[in-house]
Amino acid sequence: MGKKVIEIENLFVELDGITVLENVNLTVNEYDFLGIIGPNGGGKTTFLRVLLGLVKPARGKVRIMGNPVEKNRHLLGYVPQYAVFDRSFPISVEEVVVSARLARKQGIRFSNEDYRIAASALERVEMLPLRSRQMGELSGGERQRVLVARALAVQPRILLLDEPTASVDSRFAAGFYELLRELNREMTLILVSHDISAVSSYVKTLACMNRTLYYEHSRELNREMIENTYNCPVDLIAHGIPHRVLPPHDGVVGS
Amino acid sequence: MEILQFDFMRNALLVGLLVSVACGMIGTYVVVKRIVFISGGISHTAYGGIGLGYYLGFNPMLGATLFTIVSALGMGLVQQRSSQRQDTVIGVMWAVGMALGIVFVKLSPGYTADLMSYLFGSILTVPERDILFILLLDLLIIATVYRYFEEFKAVAFDEEFARVSGLKVEFYNILLLLLVALTVVVMIRAVGIILVIALLTIPPAIAGEYSRGLKGMMGLAVVLGIIFTTAGLYLSYLFDLPSGATIILVAATGYILALLIKKKIHT
Repeated sequence: MGKKVIEIENLFVELDGITVLENVNLTVNEYDFLGIIGPNGGGKTTFLRVLLGLVKPARGKVRIMGNPVEKNRHLLGYVPQYAVFDRSFPISVEEVVVSARLARKQGIRFSNEDYRIAASALERVEMLPLRSRQMGELSGGERQRVLVARALAVQPRILLLDEPTASVDSRFAAGFYELLRELNREMTLILVSHDISAVSSYVKTLACMNRTLYYEHSRELNREMIENTYNCPVDLIAHGIPHRVLPPHDGVVGS
Repeated sequence: MEILQFDFMRNALLVGLLVSVACGMIGTYVVVKRIVFISGGISHTAYGGIGLGYYLGFNPMLGATLFTIVSALGMGLVQQRSSQRQDTVIGVMWAVGMALGIVFVKLSPGYTADLMSYLFGSILTVPERDILFILLLDLLIIATVYRYFEEFKAVAFDEEFARVSGLKVEFYNILLLLLVALTVVVMIRAVGIILVIALLTIPPAIAGEYSRGLKGMMGLAVVLGIIFTTAGLYLSYLFDLPSGATIILVAATGYILALLIKKKIHT
């Protein structure tokens, strides 16, 4: 096991007086690829926002590489949920990616070094040839790759992804997960999704989240975790994907 | 051109130019950030300051500057509290600013007939000291946009990512609203409080249809602004029409033409 990059103890989060997350405990080790699944409204996005320092916890401890969030959030790269960008906004792919360097920019404009980092991030996601394109001209899949490149241009140690394939077709999604698997050789990945089958064959470990987190540091989800998370029997059949999510079982779940 | 023989015409063209620079640059942000309504609110509260200037006997433009700055700060606070019903609060501030102006003017002693020029503009009668004032505000706007161009762009495109990157998003949002306030003050003399919004948004809106970057959009918007103010001035001189309203109608015609041309290209 590598060293701990994220440590969360007894995390409680309230939004407008309503408890959204309670008693979340989680340790993520370096080079983990953790998939967090759960129903919409189960607190997954809020959880990522806590890590990013956008939401303050009501209680509990959150540490990134041993330090409080405020001190180390520059180590995080963030790929937001299908962002509804204004397609008419006049901005090129390269401009979007280099904007990740803003916090580290020295002068008034970006340096050549910043543009070099942006170019190599675009190279990683195979979008360098399209760097002069307008964001509004890209397909859903291309846009998603640009958002990953923007997160990479931060030069993060941990990459957080929120429903990265929600807006793209499945043909694109497979290639996208291959890209994530490659990135995982260099950094820790945390991905949240409501789509179990899409995620489960690529991540190293799986957790379930619905108000709290069910996590056993393994690839397999037991039936109790799933049913606790979704509050109802779920139709979870592990066919068509190379790895089983559920242990072999008798009968059909959900019947 | 015989109309250029008149000093007031030369001054008017100069004011048109200065106004076009401010509204092309700041209007671009107003359009891409979709803060047209907030900008309308800021512009209308200026009337309160103009009224106060009349009432207490100082330059109404100074009062307008003061009131737009205060209202920009107020709107900035409202903007940051997403739980509030933003548009309602902005609408209330908009009306209160106007109401204050009307009350102050009523309380003011003496003759206040040229108040209409603040409401609908009078580009032909801008005093020299106001031209200097407008020039200074223009320089301030240009310098600020130059300095924070990348930051403004990032915040306008994706506020949340800018925040995650460690940018002080609130600071840039309020700074931008302050620039909107200054731009409004610059424009009041030319087209008046009520018509500010049209000249602030139409040139950038057209430019946005044909630009691939914010810089290009700003440049094109400035040029369009100069064309609209100059053509509007000329037509108002030719047909003896109110200048501010003529400028706006020329701009609106340009907008409709631009949309039609764009549509034709795409079909």
